[in-house]
Amino acid sequence: MNPITEAELHAFVDGQLTPERHREIEAALAQRPDEALRAQAYREQKQALRALFDPVLDEPLPQRVLLAARPRAPWYAQRWVAGVAIALASGASGWGLHGVSQRVWPGAALATAGFAQRAAVAHAVYSPEQRRPVEVDAAHEDQLVTWLSKRMGAPMKPPHLQALGYALEGGRLLPGGQGPVAQFMYRDAGGQRLTLYVSNEIGDLSPAASGARRGGEVNAETAFRFAREGRLNVFYWVEGRFGYAISADADKAALTDVAGEVYRQLASTAAEPPR
Amino acid sequence: MTPDDQQLLSWVPRLRRYARALAGNRDDADDLVQDTLERAWAKSALWRGVADMRGWLFGIMHNLHVDGVRRPRIATQTMDDDTPEVATAPTQGERLAVLDLQAALDLLPLEQKEIVLLVALEDMAYADVAKTLGIPIGTVMSRLSRGRERLRALMDGRAEPVRLKVVK
Repeated sequence: MNPITEAELHAFVDGQLTPERHREIEAALAQRPDEALRAQAYREQKQALRALFDPVLDEPLPQRVLLAARPRAPWYAQRWVAGVAIALASGASGWGLHGVSQRVWPGAALATAGFAQRAAVAHAVYSPEQRRPVEVDAAHEDQLVTWLSKRMGAPMKPPHLQALGYALEGGRLLPGGQGPVAQFMYRDAGGQRLTLYVSNEIGDLSPAASGARRGGEVNAETAFRFAREGRLNVFYWVEGRFGYAISADADKAALTDVAGEVYRQLASTAAEPPR
Repeated sequence: MTPDDQQLLSWVPRLRRYARALAGNRDDADDLVQDTLERAWAKSALWRGVADMRGWLFGIMHNLHVDGVRRPRIATQTMDDDTPEVATAPTQGERLAVLDLQAALDLLPLEQKEIVLLVALEDMAYADVAKTLGIPIGTVMSRLSRGRERLRALMDGRAEPVRLKVVK
């Protein structure tokens, strides 16, 4: 009988030996209680790991994982992006289906995830504010628009979400990673707040940014993504130079409706000449 | 849906199981799965040449995880109630004996943890583990051995190799 090597003991546990050698080790272990004990402990360890993690196999797949697994599926047919699909179908310019349907910029995806996180943090910081949720309130919307547009270097008109039950409260300017970021705050009848975070730092992040620019129109690269930060759902996307993130402690369906509406209004605003 | 889509989708539950064990909580695990799938799509031109889809996907996940550990994102800890608690430091009266398996697993060095998990959860052949992680098979065996023994010691409540003596 050859001695049992450490590697063989593990291969025995894992059933990775030839049947012949497996039988030999099995017989040899009868004479070696210490090693038999170890083999038994490792086998139980494997079973315990399976018992702990196998339930994950049966979990329903989260939407974001499902979408990442099926980038070429007709995602726009799925319910949660129905609002956006309607916006697309109604002739929003600059939304190349090529860029939308093929989500092939993982580097930028990671970068936008950081952007979404900043949006979520900004939401978490300002949305509980009772007295000063915004710097400029909705009563002075014209001033707000002028101010933010000037600082952001592009027209910043807050979408109106009354139809969805969210009233504009106002907005503020925030420091982003490299420059200013705009945050618009909304509030529903129950006092729940929703924020729209607009950053113009996002353009350089996507490799397609330069290549996809067509005739002065917005870039084609974009992907709708969901992130969850604690209780907060964040729905974010990139369009042209801008990254948009909508954050709220609301369910995905409600947020999706808002996102569709925001997108629709932004697309129509972009078609107007700048003020 | 093309066969390729389905092929990728069919691996998702197993990628999630492994990621959960690796990352220790649901959100980080699904971030890892999402990034892995996106990377896989970005490289989908290579699929035709991939003989072992599982090894290839788990290899992508390994690389992303190692990168992520090396250069962590801004930490966001999910605070909702349905998130399983991550390892908490054992308090003095309880010692290591109360470490649950997840907590013990999180105390393993990543290089050992990955191998212990691939073998336990995936029943992966040692040669495939070596290929997936890009290391020699001898290294796989020695890390497997150290990882399992350490996990056993942690679960048994035995202290790590070096015990501190109380000096009076």
